[in-house]
Amino acid sequence: MDVSSHDVLLVGGGGAGLRAAIAVAEFNPKLSVAVVSKVYPMRSHTVSAEGGAAGAVASDDSLDEHAYDTISGADWLCDQDAVELFVDEAPKELTQLEHWGCPWSRTPDGRVAVRPFGGMKNKRTWFAADKTGFHMLHTLFQTSLRYDPIVRYDEWFVTKLLIDDGRVQGVVALELMSGKIQAITAKSVILCTGGCGKVFPFTTNANIKNGDGMALALRAGAPLKDMEFIQYHPTGLPFTGILITEAARAEGGFLVNKDEYRYLQDYDLGKPEPEPVLRSMELGPRDRLSQAFIKEQEKGRTIEGPYGHVVNLDLRHLGEKKINARIPFVRELCLKYQNIDPVREMIPVRPVVHYVMGGVHTDKQGATPIEGLFAAGEVACVSINGANRLGSNSLTELLVFGARAGQAAASFASEQKEPSSSLMAQANDERRRLEEQYLRKTGGTERIATIREEMQATMEEGAGIYRNGPALQKSTNTILELQDRFRNILIEDDSRTFNTELTSALELAYMLDVAASIVQSGLKRTESRGAHQRTDFPNRDDDNFLAHSLLYRNEDGSARIEYLPVTITRWPPAERVYGK
Amino acid sequence: MTKKVLLHVTRYRPEQEAEPTIQEYEVPFTDDWVLLDALNYVKDKIDGSLSYRWSCRMGICGSCGMMVNGEPKLTCATFVSDYTSGPIRIEPLRYFPIIRDLTVEMTDFMEKLKNVKPWIIREDEKPISEGEYLQSPEELDQYKQFSMCINCMLCYSACPVYGLDSAFTGPAAIALAQRYNMDSRDQGSRERLGALSDHEGIWGCTFVGECTKVCPKKVDPAGAIQQYKVTATMDWFKSLIMPRGAD
Repeated sequence: MDVSSHDVLLVGGGGAGLRAAIAVAEFNPKLSVAVVSKVYPMRSHTVSAEGGAAGAVASDDSLDEHAYDTISGADWLCDQDAVELFVDEAPKELTQLEHWGCPWSRTPDGRVAVRPFGGMKNKRTWFAADKTGFHMLHTLFQTSLRYDPIVRYDEWFVTKLLIDDGRVQGVVALELMSGKIQAITAKSVILCTGGCGKVFPFTTNANIKNGDGMALALRAGAPLKDMEFIQYHPTGLPFTGILITEAARAEGGFLVNKDEYRYLQDYDLGKPEPEPVLRSMELGPRDRLSQAFIKEQEKGRTIEGPYGHVVNLDLRHLGEKKINARIPFVRELCLKYQNIDPVREMIPVRPVVHYVMGGVHTDKQGATPIEGLFAAGEVACVSINGANRLGSNSLTELLVFGARAGQAAASFASEQKEPSSSLMAQANDERRRLEEQYLRKTGGTERIATIREEMQATMEEGAGIYRNGPALQKSTNTILELQDRFRNILIEDDSRTFNTELTSALELAYMLDVAASIVQSGLKRTESRGAHQRTDFPNRDDDNFLAHSLLYRNEDGSARIEYLPVTITRWPPAERVYGK
Repeated sequence: MTKKVLLHVTRYRPEQEAEPTIQEYEVPFTDDWVLLDALNYVKDKIDGSLSYRWSCRMGICGSCGMMVNGEPKLTCATFVSDYTSGPIRIEPLRYFPIIRDLTVEMTDFMEKLKNVKPWIIREDEKPISEGEYLQSPEELDQYKQFSMCINCMLCYSACPVYGLDSAFTGPAAIALAQRYNMDSRDQGSRERLGALSDHEGIWGCTFVGECTKVCPKKVDPAGAIQQYKVTATMDWFKSLIMPRGAD
């Protein structure tokens, strides 16, 4: 088997991965950095982020207010020490990106402009019109090309973490173009593979968001933290799930029901005003807005459409000029995919799975409990997002914690020996597993798409906006059955060259592991907090659950859940108040 | 789903076939469907071995470019209902080597991107603690359009010059060079000039503008190439009239 060796290896080449790679190269230019990604870096899902990235810089803003908004938005489940360093480093990282060429939108005097966002008390969201993730990703990718120590493995699919002598020492990966399976060793590894939205049927997430890194870490023995917390974004286009950014509401858009009534006023989110009011109404947090939609649907006040119930997002009063200047992508997406012009018509929207607050358990340096293994971005749970992430914190998070993980992994790699020699036996075992279970497999009968669709359906039923014990239990059982049926998967493609049926099967196996962790964690948390709303346990229970869930996978494949108390520094748990 | 359409899709598995062939699939569709939905239907329900790239399904990741009835298109932004008159011919992007089925080789394109040095080049960099570089909205507008490229490579498949000579740097990479050249924070345009004017390709571009016509993001690479030609000519001209120092 071929083998190549590096000092630091990144799995994933999106925003967090590229920021980490640059951090390694700047920490010590002598270190060799491998970026192993199943897609070309500029295809990574960071590209789809629209609204912006939070960093307190305005003269009327403060780090403490950014911290408080984040903590109250998170329903107190985040670690306040992590949040404090996050808000402190946010403006520096965003300025760094400005120096690297990010085309941030500007004020007339040439300074970086900031816009309001949901759940935020002040204007602090940096933006590049409404293609912020696109511009951040391309800026990071193009800047990364300057650094010779960064070696890319584009379109290489990681199938396993190699662990020996108690520490991670590399990966086994499949080169899509050739079909070659090989080991890539490293002294430290950073997972930057993003989220897992595709375990649900209706999501803003790209096809590649399959929880790869979460499953890799879980299988290697690392715990997944707070996986029960899934964010529904309140405004997705029906059918496609394409996101209509929160910036549309921040610029003044209204959410209205079938009677054109701004229904959020009925859900303890403040009074309707003609201009957007921060931390109020349409600028409330995402969990509360998505929950209000369900309540409104129960009252029969939503609109029945071909793809389920919707409400309308009304931007007409903003006018063509403002829409074109501030949210041009919203108009482009509506015209191209919904055949609607928001200048003249209301946009039908419904809540859509957008983000997972949970992820691989890390500390503030991005270190996981496995020595040498780090994680950053959506795949990780530090946690700053707690039970509900605030819009525009995730783009900043991938910069702040991508950079921190990069530095920590570089520092760790500098002190390690070469990989152990027994590693190759493990790598060969993994190649054999792939060949036996997939590449040379014959006689399977279960179609990949069938299992995937059944998984997605049961996740929506059991782990949607409102949950209950019996439904979560049923979904858990279904996922375990699907894992069984997966062993009989049908692979029709026997070619080694760019075999996307093989990668789809591997992704489905990752998703089933992650889906199980979501419903198992959700079943155990018998309280309601943020995005985890249990109709059978409707109240927040700080006595028992002011704690992170940590889900481990036992040797026999079963799950074990432990709890880790939340770190509180200066903001004791309190009621979440919006619209006042 | 009562409406049906025929797809004529290029198949090529290098281990099995010497030449690409065409395979026919019949798929149902609704008016909401884009061509990518039809391909996904094939992969999910009919033939799991069909190989193609896709990811975001919202026209921003740039993965799913293909030739549709002879024209380069993002398949996620092209409705099936616009092609109901007959079979829809779906081929891999023209002028690129085919890896497999609808998947093309893009290593050469990635090298071209790197060669134009698409990053901010400055003689001096100020510390982060001194804050951002000021850039007025008007200065941002100078390069904004060229910063919108999603690297989907449709413009290469439309470019007659690239079709004849794959050494040509090509529309997207030149537009990207120009994106940095026009950025008020950048001082690297001279450094980029070498990579671009070494090759005669840029002079072969006759401003037919096919690249601009097919661009799904209105980047106008043809405009970038013309701007660039003017800069390069001025530079060459200056090099003739400027006094030279002794060696």
